[in-house]
Amino acid sequence: MSRIEARFKALRASRRKALIPYVTAGDPHPGFTVPLLHGLVDAGADIVEIGVPFSDPIGDGPVIQMACERALAHHIGLDDVLAMVRDFRSRDADTPVVLMGYMNPIEVMGHRRFADEAAAAGVDGVLTVDMPPEEMGDFSDCLAAAGLDPIFLIAPTTTEERIRLICDNARGFVYYVSLKGVTGADTMDVDTVAGRVDSIHAVTGLPVGVGFGISSPEMAAKMSRASDAVIVGSVLVRRIAEHGGDDESTLRDVTGLLRAMREAMDTEAEVPA
Amino acid sequence: MSTMSEPAREPIDFSSYPDASGHFGPYGGCFVPETLMTAIRELTEAYARYRLDAEFLAEFDNDCTQFVGRPSPLYLARRWTEKVGGARIYLKREDLNHTGAHKINNALGQALLAKRMGKRRVIAETGAGQHGVATATVAARLGMECVVYMGAEDIQRQSPNVFRMRLLGAEVVPVTSGTRTLKDALNEAMRDWVTNVDETFYIIGTVAGPHPYPMMVRDFQSIIGRETRHQILEQEGRLPDALVACVGGGSNAIGLFHPFLFDSEVQLHGVEAGGYGIDTGQHAAPLCAGKPGVLHGNRTYLMEDEWGQIMGTHSISAGLDYPGVGPEHAWLKDIKRAVYTSVTDDEAMAGFHELTRTEGIIPALETAHALFYAGQLAREMGPGRSIVVNLSGRGDKDLQTVANREGITL
Repeated sequence: MSRIEARFKALRASRRKALIPYVTAGDPHPGFTVPLLHGLVDAGADIVEIGVPFSDPIGDGPVIQMACERALAHHIGLDDVLAMVRDFRSRDADTPVVLMGYMNPIEVMGHRRFADEAAAAGVDGVLTVDMPPEEMGDFSDCLAAAGLDPIFLIAPTTTEERIRLICDNARGFVYYVSLKGVTGADTMDVDTVAGRVDSIHAVTGLPVGVGFGISSPEMAAKMSRASDAVIVGSVLVRRIAEHGGDDESTLRDVTGLLRAMREAMDTEAEVPA
Repeated sequence: MSTMSEPAREPIDFSSYPDASGHFGPYGGCFVPETLMTAIRELTEAYARYRLDAEFLAEFDNDCTQFVGRPSPLYLARRWTEKVGGARIYLKREDLNHTGAHKINNALGQALLAKRMGKRRVIAETGAGQHGVATATVAARLGMECVVYMGAEDIQRQSPNVFRMRLLGAEVVPVTSGTRTLKDALNEAMRDWVTNVDETFYIIGTVAGPHPYPMMVRDFQSIIGRETRHQILEQEGRLPDALVACVGGGSNAIGLFHPFLFDSEVQLHGVEAGGYGIDTGQHAAPLCAGKPGVLHGNRTYLMEDEWGQIMGTHSISAGLDYPGVGPEHAWLKDIKRAVYTSVTDDEAMAGFHELTRTEGIIPALETAHALFYAGQLAREMGPGRSIVVNLSGRGDKDLQTVANREGITL
């Protein structure tokens, strides 16, 4: 059983929903990331998602794009990101780590070498935004051989036929994009999302996470009721961007927001349906 | 300037490329976020339906004739040929099209498709502004809303085209992220499409992007090569010995080359932007100096650093200033059906002045790269042979750039 699968199993047993924060590796500087990851886990993260900076993040909005630019100003490469995961793992053997990014840095490293090195560093799942199941080819085998879970996005526009295709190729969980648009956009309808999540559950036993546009503890709570996991990224990254400089207060602010989301979600879980 | 030439080795059925999922050998494909996949599928199905639809093709042909001004002439550059003293040089006059470049062929085709798909809003990315102007033009004619994304740096160096687009009713959105050039404009257009996917048709301007764009844009631009084939047979009585075109994304080149792919005796030469020189790293020549990777929805040759980050490019011409290239070119390079070379900024300027003074035609700076190389090639080939250069655009938009470079205030 993968770390991700085990984590969801444990959460189900305790009737809790997963909280998955996203941060871009190396934002705002390389030394900040590993302490931040530990802080997020302490604040209630069940899985951490680490963004691999890329120069041309077409699926992301301006917030994540700027985070990539800040990280790239420090020349953060895929090997640096894997080193951060290794560092994180030296103190945390349990929290699953998902890498989220784009295909080209992996192409350059080579599919097999990436999969092997990522697994050795302690990565559990890989979400490559611009790699649909149809194009996976040998990459799928490389991830499987290394024991890594391929995570895929499902969009509001994804047809039922494609939902099946995606779920057949996915392991760990699937990630439902709760609105049309790029990351960080801000309109969302909880009932619509709940309906879509139900239709995904109808075709797969995999947990369904919901993300894109979840910006407050209240919304995180509502979305947790409708899904198995809540993924928050842009709202955290925006806090990092707004702080600029002071590591300690940034860390306090970002983890404080995540903790508030955790508490709101756990309170929501106690309310009878 | 560097050259190489090797003939293709074995017969290939070029008409069977790309395959059903958009691959040219290892290149091409459809690497897009899931948020775009349904829109891409919808486009693929619509294009599959209309690409062979007699009524659609008749409307395209009619608009090409009546609105664009096709066929464009194939002009024998007599004085330049004599001056060079080698192969006869013919110019395929895409600069004479409405809006002044080959870009209109594709913008028209895609806009007609958008209309049939019931889309009321079109978006586009643009570098030099030629594709943006072409898109704004067809949008005005068809009564569609039009938004054009353009790098902030390109807006500076191509201001006449920006004004033209605004006159045509398009909204021109400056892109300030990344390198502030064409690749970033493409990123922004993709983001717009993801967000407004229901009512919006994304008119990509070159043979790059996810499948079906490289195929679709090639099909619309192939009118260049089909006309050329007919015209050269009429004028020369035989096929040309070589075709030459500049390559940024590669749409004017593939448009000229494609109808000649089966004719192995016709050499195909693509000319990339050598910028300050390939050895300086400051250029836009991924086929000459890049490596395969994945960007903007397809696998192709890219300019990237050792960690797969896309590099800033440099070219005097905004339209060639792109770190990727169409996947069909990547494949034609690997199978050695076409050869790709590069021409520097300085050499392109020499080509620009040469044509202007010798033939009375002011070419676009993009095209000037192909012209410089064609002059060299004509000399190398010698008399008795013939070359067709795609004169892909006119140079009016570049007057400011040329003046600045030569220290002249307009």
